[in-house]
Amino acid sequence: MTQEATGLGDATYAELREIAARYPEARSGLLPMLHLVQSVEGRVTPEGIEACADILGLSTADVSGVATFYTMYKRRPVGDYHVGVCTNTLCAVMGGDAIFERLKEHLDVGNDETTADGKVTLEHVECNAACDYAPVMMVNWEFMDNMTPQSATQLVDDLREGKEVRSTRGPRIATWREIERVLAGFPDDRVDEGPGAGPASLVGLEIAREQGWTAPAGEASGTTGSPADSAAESAALADTGRAESETRQEEGHDDA
Amino acid sequence: MPDTLTPVLTSDWAEDQSWKLATYERGGGYRALRKALAMAPDDIITAVKDSGLRGRGGAGFPTGMKWGFIPQDNPKPKYLVVNADESEPGTCKDIPLMMATPHTLVEGAIISSFAIRANTAFIYVRGEVVHVIRRVQAAVAEAYAAGHLGKDIHGSGYDLDVVVHAGAGAYICGEETALLEGLEGRRGQPRLRPPFPAVAGLYASPTVINNVESIASVPSIIGNGADWFASMGTEKSKGFGIFSLSGHVAKPGQYEAPLGITLRTLIELAGGMRQGHELKFWTPGGSSTPILTGEHLDVPLDFEAVGAAGSMLGTRALQIFDDTTCVVRAVLRWTEFYKHESCGKCTPCREGTWWLVQTLTNLEKGVGREEDLDILLDQCDNILGRAFCALGDGATSPISSSIQYFRNEYLQHLSEGGCPFDPVASTLFAVEGVR
Ligand SMILES: Cc1cc2nc3c(=O)[nH]c(=O)nc-3n(C[C@H](O)[C@H](O)[C@H](O)COP(=O)(O)O)c2cc1C
Ligand code: SF4
Ligand code: FES
Repeated sequence: MTQEATGLGDATYAELREIAARYPEARSGLLPMLHLVQSVEGRVTPEGIEACADILGLSTADVSGVATFYTMYKRRPVGDYHVGVCTNTLCAVMGGDAIFERLKEHLDVGNDETTADGKVTLEHVECNAACDYAPVMMVNWEFMDNMTPQSATQLVDDLREGKEVRSTRGPRIATWREIERVLAGFPDDRVDEGPGAGPASLVGLEIAREQGWTAPAGEASGTTGSPADSAAESAALADTGRAESETRQEEGHDDA
Repeated sequence: MPDTLTPVLTSDWAEDQSWKLATYERGGGYRALRKALAMAPDDIITAVKDSGLRGRGGAGFPTGMKWGFIPQDNPKPKYLVVNADESEPGTCKDIPLMMATPHTLVEGAIISSFAIRANTAFIYVRGEVVHVIRRVQAAVAEAYAAGHLGKDIHGSGYDLDVVVHAGAGAYICGEETALLEGLEGRRGQPRLRPPFPAVAGLYASPTVINNVESIASVPSIIGNGADWFASMGTEKSKGFGIFSLSGHVAKPGQYEAPLGITLRTLIELAGGMRQGHELKFWTPGGSSTPILTGEHLDVPLDFEAVGAAGSMLGTRALQIFDDTTCVVRAVLRWTEFYKHESCGKCTPCREGTWWLVQTLTNLEKGVGREEDLDILLDQCDNILGRAFCALGDGATSPISSSIQYFRNEYLQHLSEGGCPFDPVASTLFAVEGVR
């Protein structure tokens, strides 16, 4: 496979190699490399797979097997704006289901489909770690908090009309390809846009300030009796099956 | 007795440009690093052990003890991997932490790496949060420029590189061995243990994997002392933690408090339930922890008491549902999630979650018989304890706990031939009194 035969130019090849070189073992670069492929190609193409395989010394089947495992990698072209609606339970109940239904109708697309103008790809997504802002949408993996069916249709209309749209937490929305480049580890210039935290992230802090509540004042470092001196004791502390099995496993190796 | 809320990790989230190095250092940031670099690494491990810090990623394993498992006589390089995959439904604390104050995490990662004698650390952030990834990337770059990272950090002779790695969408990559597979450029399927990551983790080398909040707690422990940390919390669940309230409360959000606070107190702080409604059910620590009800409002939210109440503290992801919510619908949706996210490696989970969805879908539509509930519990029995990793076990939690507390609501679906609830009533935009 030669570079000339693919749609990916020398510059992209160089960047793919640069990603691989960040890691003690080159193959660790594969996930960000596939993000870079998507930023250049608009999806994971056979050429992109070959380029990754070529650089990492893997078979294309190996790379394909990885690409198909992760939901952010797309085989079909993605629009300029990937619009995700969280329909995991909390958001669904709070209105995510209604929003998703409204958008399917409004955009005349199904799940994981792109509008005829190539602008918007609609997909329902799983919990995006923003449940305190439910119902949550993601546009090109930027937060859109506390949405309603109405604000959601307005949002996609604005995107399709090319208006400047901002995340509810600040940054201007870039295109999907531009964002894939950031995910590949090539930062853009938007890091300082928006505040440190959205309003829901701050409610506890604000109450603590009003009440004058703080953590105790710090002291000089000292030691107390350790609450868990042995793995067995800590297993007794562990409340979960998960912790217990992890404890058993850790202990197992300790004996080994 | 510490105050009801004890902001430590969240204390600077409202600062102007809170994510910047200058802001962080003005508030005392990176002082703990200098203190740590003057300590013997083993003394740092001892301090973290003495603090009583237990993993904040769900399992509650003692952090200092985990670090102590790293075989220092092993000639291979040691690695620290920060688990920033935060994907357990309901969990939403690590993401705002990294967006607001990524340097807390970076400083913690440096101290932790120094303690376990790692010269390379990785921060594996889920891919679906680009602004968070930007902030972490920038914080790492600033830390290099300030000499907190790189070669011979502050003249200590200690070298550390930190790599920020974006995932690509897979809940299972939060499971620590699946995460390592992802970080090695493979399909994210869990590994057989032994060998354990502490002995043969990343690149078959000794590896510590910790949650974001665990690592971000380390600078405060080193800075203020183990006693300080242990002065908060309960006997066996020390320190503070971020409690994430979502759903039908007046003010959802992040509340940082000593472990052992109750949901009753948290709901009061959050302004109560939605006007005119009552608490119906809640998850204490994400969808993989069995649901609880109004009878459990006074359970201290620590590892022991939540365990004794039949659930798990998990990630303190308190998803709150009021009386408008159909529990069958909620459970079906979580089950569809587990089915979708099952990595397919083992049969009980791959096939089992498929069957669970089939059975639940019918029940939700009012199709089936009362015996189907027993079939459902039987299917759960065939997964629980037989699956290769804890995802399979977690998939059964909402089902068995909801049948325990709300059997009649399942039966009502059968007797009424469908769901008796109006989904509009439970939305954020439902107008009170208007259906
Ligand atoms: C299916 C599954 C998903 C998980 N997701 C996460 C996660 O997103 N973040 C996390 O820190 N731990 C997660 N864990 C727990 C990790 O396996 C591991 O226990 C944790 O990262 C250890 O860090 P800690 O000791 O600091 O908590 C998950 C476990 C399972 C089984
Ligand atoms: S329990 Fe599920 S997620 Fe875990 S290894 Fe088995 S199939 Fe994969
Ligand atoms: S359930 Fe939607 S962000 Fe968590």
